[in-house]
Amino acid sequence: MRHLLTTKHLSRDAAIQILDVAEDMADVANREVKKLPALRGKTVVNLFFEDSTRTRISFEAAAKRLSADVINFSAKGSSVSKGESLKDTAQTLAAMGADAVVIRHQSSGAPQVLAESGWIDAPIVNAGDGTHEHPTQALLDAFTMRRRLYNGQSRGRDLDGVGVVIVGDILHSRVARSNLWLLETLGAHVTFVAPATLVPLGAETWPVAISYDLDATLAAEKPDVVMMLRIQSERMNAAFFPNAREYSREWGLDDVRFAALPTDTIVMHPGPMNRGLEISAAAADSAQSTVLEQVTNGVSIRMAALYLLLSGDREALL
Amino acid sequence: MARVVLSQADMQRALTRIAHEILESNKGAADLVILGIPTRGVYLAQRIAAIIQRIEPEATATVPGSGSAMVGALDATMYRDDLSRGRTRTPSPTQIPSGGVDGKTVVLVDDVLYSGRTIRAALDALNDIGRPRVVRLAVLIDRGHRELPIRADFVGKNLPTSTDERINVRLAELDGVEEVSIENRAAEHPEADTARGPGTSTSAPSTSEATS
Amino acid sequence: MTVNTAYLIRGATLPQGTRADLLVQDARITAVGTNLDTGSGLTVIDADGLIALPGLVDLHTHLREPGFEQSETVLTGSRAAAAGGFTSVFAMANTLPVSDTAGVVEQVQALGDAAGYATVRPIGAVTVGLAGERLSEIGAMAHSRAQVRVFSDDGKCVHDSLLMRRALEYVRTFDGVVAQHAQDPRLTENAQMNEGALSSELGLKGWPAVAEESIIARDVLLAEHVGSRLHVCHVSTAGSVEVIRWAKSRGITVTAEATPHHLLLTEDLIRSYDARYKVNPPLRRDEDVRALREGLADGTIDIIATDHAPHPKESKEAEWDAASFGMVGLESALSVAQTALIDTGLLTWNDIARVLSQTPADIGRLADHSHCFEVGAPANFTLVDPSTTSTFDLARLAGKSTNSPYLGRTLSGRVEYTFHHGYPTVGAAAVRPADEVATAAAAWKAGN
Ligand SMILES: [Zn+2]
Repeated sequence: MRHLLTTKHLSRDAAIQILDVAEDMADVANREVKKLPALRGKTVVNLFFEDSTRTRISFEAAAKRLSADVINFSAKGSSVSKGESLKDTAQTLAAMGADAVVIRHQSSGAPQVLAESGWIDAPIVNAGDGTHEHPTQALLDAFTMRRRLYNGQSRGRDLDGVGVVIVGDILHSRVARSNLWLLETLGAHVTFVAPATLVPLGAETWPVAISYDLDATLAAEKPDVVMMLRIQSERMNAAFFPNAREYSREWGLDDVRFAALPTDTIVMHPGPMNRGLEISAAAADSAQSTVLEQVTNGVSIRMAALYLLLSGDREALL
Repeated sequence: MARVVLSQADMQRALTRIAHEILESNKGAADLVILGIPTRGVYLAQRIAAIIQRIEPEATATVPGSGSAMVGALDATMYRDDLSRGRTRTPSPTQIPSGGVDGKTVVLVDDVLYSGRTIRAALDALNDIGRPRVVRLAVLIDRGHRELPIRADFVGKNLPTSTDERINVRLAELDGVEEVSIENRAAEHPEADTARGPGTSTSAPSTSEATS
Repeated sequence: MTVNTAYLIRGATLPQGTRADLLVQDARITAVGTNLDTGSGLTVIDADGLIALPGLVDLHTHLREPGFEQSETVLTGSRAAAAGGFTSVFAMANTLPVSDTAGVVEQVQALGDAAGYATVRPIGAVTVGLAGERLSEIGAMAHSRAQVRVFSDDGKCVHDSLLMRRALEYVRTFDGVVAQHAQDPRLTENAQMNEGALSSELGLKGWPAVAEESIIARDVLLAEHVGSRLHVCHVSTAGSVEVIRWAKSRGITVTAEATPHHLLLTEDLIRSYDARYKVNPPLRRDEDVRALREGLADGTIDIIATDHAPHPKESKEAEWDAASFGMVGLESALSVAQTALIDTGLLTWNDIARVLSQTPADIGRLADHSHCFEVGAPANFTLVDPSTTSTFDLARLAGKSTNSPYLGRTLSGRVEYTFHHGYPTVGAAAVRPADEVATAAAAWKAGN
């Protein structure tokens, strides 16, 4: 694997390899010594053009557990915010000897530009770009599903036949996109549920069922997994839906909807949650909820990704 | 062309002898933990454990469904000194018996002992898991050419080799056949062996290599 | 090749397909025929296998001067025009200061005259500072030495319906035309590429076709209502072609242009996030490209105009959102037209002469332009080798910027010679030096 930019272009074998390696990484987290020497002497740069403490510390923990050195480079708010900054920053990092760059950027495609520009010759990990993709989130979600569904027998397995309903702001969600492509590759079938204003134009050509009615979908699909997406406060002011109350009533996983779910339905949320808006406290804190597991698994997935990107001879990958 | 140096019966005899020697040196099966190094070491460890169980059935508690409580796997991939060379290595699961390794006699099992670098990595990996009372090493083949001060305590067969030669250990579980063969690969891959380092030649040969 | 030389172009193929020798003297074509005499002092150009086209006219060029000289100047932009076979360019008004006063348009025109690579005709802004609020001094610009006839806020849409109506009415006073950049601003806030399944997949904000089509529909109805001439810039969607076809069938005086890139390239290129493909209006779908080609073939689309939009390297070496919109297009326009329209059998060379010379000159009310190779016509023409197929490379670019989407692409044809006012601006596929061209231009001016 040369870069991890999307799940769209991840093969089934490559995806399962990452998930399986993450299983080994997860085992390490249960030991007294939680550290592996695999990336000793390597430098991983977290290049964040957009604030995300959660994602950054997850990558930081992953790199450190593999004994890599970590440099956090927050480009947000600094004078470099437009135009040539990405190039300048990349060349600076290259000159500093970065062995891998984890990039979070508000502009879709920025990680790909970085990977293909020739400004820096290091593996690039997309830690979320605009409304495009967030591949490690999708991988950790798939990892979480696999673990819950197969009880410790998940190595080597895909998600064939698993039903996943993703609810909320699909339009602006890189998590939804990355999840869709990965889940499709792994054999799951996915349904998006959202108000029509928050469904991307052309999504009817994607391998996904689209619904505007959460209750009808939950009743008809009996999904194995319900994934709730965060509603950003700025959407409420941009006429995508009338107000938070109406959104919550129609598309929120409230106590009534949660109680109606079978007790083995997995409830997921990529965080941070708006309790009481897209998900009720009872649903979020239930045994069916994987919210904290997702955080834990995120470190394992990112360890796996960093390990696979940084080990082996880079020339051999060309 | 490959030349068979150990037949299935030879291998069985060697493993049986190793099992007896382990029991003898440990004065029984108490506090014994046998950890195979992936890939083939894991199967060899399971066989040695099974033989020990047959010899001293009362001494080894069995875990229902999962074989012996004394056998497991120790993956050393993440501790290797050559991770940034060659192709990317996928780690294998580490499985430590529920009793852990603290205070135990741990016997590491591998198929071929060559440079010693894999064993060095395994010792480091073991160190991060616990503190055994003593660590021993059992190998099916010792082919010489050590690059580190490491030696095996239990050896199935000493097999002096040239570095141009390649040892293929084939096990029924993985390869369908059960034999150890030796082949000269210098003519076909003059630089491959040095690029991979001697320690890596114990890894599973691909089907193409095995049949070539 | 020096000033005041007479030229004999031997054996050129005229757009209609006939072969002829052309004699060029004193900035005019003085003889057309076969086996013309080679008198002394003539420079003979062997044009066997070359097609002679009337000097190309670009109704939509961004020369960037004044204000953005790091991207292009009138000199470098008109040099790029010459390299592409153009002898006239209409310079868009989004300069700094904006070309919304007589002073700025006269300055642009004067810079063009001095450079001499092509006739530079400034376009005047419709509204002050392109702000879309008050009409600029349209009359003053029309009556200035620059004789402005085309008015446009290009880069921005005149979206206020009442203001657009007034502009259409007002320019009629001077036989002018409003060239509209049709883009509903609210529907395209922060838009990055064509809206559709691909923009959704790539996470780039969509620029819906309806944002263009709805403005064109409104504008043709306004033009009909007030009886004025309307020109639609860079039509990019199949729906827009339909609206214009309908308007023309009603007898509305609307003309429309398509850019070379919208006739060849599609949105799929954006999968690379390579900002060379970032342009406004955006690259569309394959069906849009086909509709535009058919529109040109059936006359719904009147002309090809380049929307040559130079940008410095750093504006394109960036993440997609941060990169600038626009592509250079003067040098490649004819090759793209040949590749997309001639090689596909949709248009003839005579059609190319119409859509890249005659009609744009008519729309812009370009004085002293003749599309016929007849005795007495101004010697503005280009000689093209249609038989070559080559990789378009940096050597083909003659402007200041290199943001061409065609670099590395195989295109047909090549401009071998361009003559402006009887002197060569391109000779043997090489742009003539600036001082030589400026001297020739001064000599022409003195004798005119
Ligand atoms: Zn425009």
